[in-house]
Amino acid sequence: MADAITFTHVVKKYGDATVLNDLTFGIPQGKITTILGFSGAGKSTLMKHILGLTRPTSGKIVSLGKDMSELDELGLREFRRNFGMVFQYAALFDFLSAFENVAFPLREFTKLKESEIKKKVESLMQAVELVPESWHRLPSELSGGMRKRVGLARALALEPRIMLYDEPTSGLDPISTQVVSDLIASTAAKNQDRKLTSLVISHDVRASLRISDHIMFLERGQIVEYSTVEGFKNSQNPIIRRFLEL
Amino acid sequence: MQDVLKNYVEGIGASILGLVNGLGKFSNFAGQVFFWAIQPPIRLKLLMDQMYFIGNKSLFIIGLTSLFSGAVFALQMYLGIKAINMDSIVGPVVAISLAKELAPVFAGLVVAGRCGSAMAAQIGSMKVTEQLDALEVMGINAHQYLAVPRVVGATLSMPLLCGIFMLIGNLGSWLVGVQVLGIDEVMYFQKLSDFMTLSHVAEGLIKSAAFGFLIGMIGSYHGFEVKGGAEGVGKGTNLAVVWGMVTVLVSDYFISSFLTKIL
Repeated sequence: MADAITFTHVVKKYGDATVLNDLTFGIPQGKITTILGFSGAGKSTLMKHILGLTRPTSGKIVSLGKDMSELDELGLREFRRNFGMVFQYAALFDFLSAFENVAFPLREFTKLKESEIKKKVESLMQAVELVPESWHRLPSELSGGMRKRVGLARALALEPRIMLYDEPTSGLDPISTQVVSDLIASTAAKNQDRKLTSLVISHDVRASLRISDHIMFLERGQIVEYSTVEGFKNSQNPIIRRFLEL
Repeated sequence: MQDVLKNYVEGIGASILGLVNGLGKFSNFAGQVFFWAIQPPIRLKLLMDQMYFIGNKSLFIIGLTSLFSGAVFALQMYLGIKAINMDSIVGPVVAISLAKELAPVFAGLVVAGRCGSAMAAQIGSMKVTEQLDALEVMGINAHQYLAVPRVVGATLSMPLLCGIFMLIGNLGSWLVGVQVLGIDEVMYFQKLSDFMTLSHVAEGLIKSAAFGFLIGMIGSYHGFEVKGGAEGVGKGTNLAVVWGMVTVLVSDYFISSFLTKIL
């Protein structure tokens, strides 16, 4: 299967500090790939490179067949519409209700009529299992799990080709963690026909092992392990063994 | 002694570097706002929302401050020049002062306090909760979506508020001068039409637009510069108010010098 994203010898330096150290890998299209690692391993920097929010010091990033270095600022903005992102704390617009948050990208980027937007938002809200009573509440009136679901619905609104999840289960109770993890898996499964690629950045080993197809482990900007879930579980690398035993 | 001197010099150097760095960041921010202001799409609804917030929602406080500014200025003028029997010029003196200085500066201070702080707080709290990142990831430039409507809204709203300030200030002056202190009404208006010109009003309106632009820029800039959590938002809000007010007062001199030459 073709790769949705490929990194070739990507290096990122901030002053003397090397945050990404000669990374070469591919993220397979239509699969769920999780990037695990301790804090400061370079996971967030890697995500920023995928979105084109920062440029590498050297190396090449190709995303959906497009060399990111060839895109200027306006081109990158256009290109980012291929991505949907669920933020660690959902990052919902606090001046809009849950419903309006999901409608926001549709209003900004499509010419859909208000009735069509309403229909689409309702179907997205149902897909992420949000009860109608919560649809018109402000983000501050929603629980952490509900906010994540609204964030997921908003990210899916424009039917992205790549979904990015930044610590999707962080700060959630065990039940909400399971619900959100299952939603990531079911979203990928439901969008299998259009080969939705999912990239999850996480600390949560148990949830990652349950939902991922591939797992990458980063340590100090370098790949320690990148394999299928089975391969990851059976890895003899002492860092991986230590992480699995945590 | 040597250490004290060294620390002192280092302190001065650090302050200068900080100032230069801040000016550089502000210039970069202003460049971004200019660039994105002329890029499509033009979000008229956001602009209208800001004009409603900055203009309409400031009307009460502008009305109150202008009425009493005009009234107290008329009273002080009357007390000062009554002895030389020139009380009939209270009207034009107050009107010209209002048009050229009091209305744009006072309206600027009110808007810097009320709206500059709100701009920094809104944008700052959006920054610390990753809402700005969410906009960027969606392909929406946060400067275009948040700063441009605020800067343009403040630039357009300020002359309207300034004009209202002038009108209500003159009403306060008339109330105190004519109705309370007994200045002859015919003379009051005669002198007003003799001395007051359109260029006085134009100077005030142009100046207020410049103040609006600066307040919008400073309020938005301090919002975008917020770091950390709630404490950072509080600090950004505070800086927006302080720098907004200081900038209105300092730039007043330079803008006035320039406008007096061209008007």
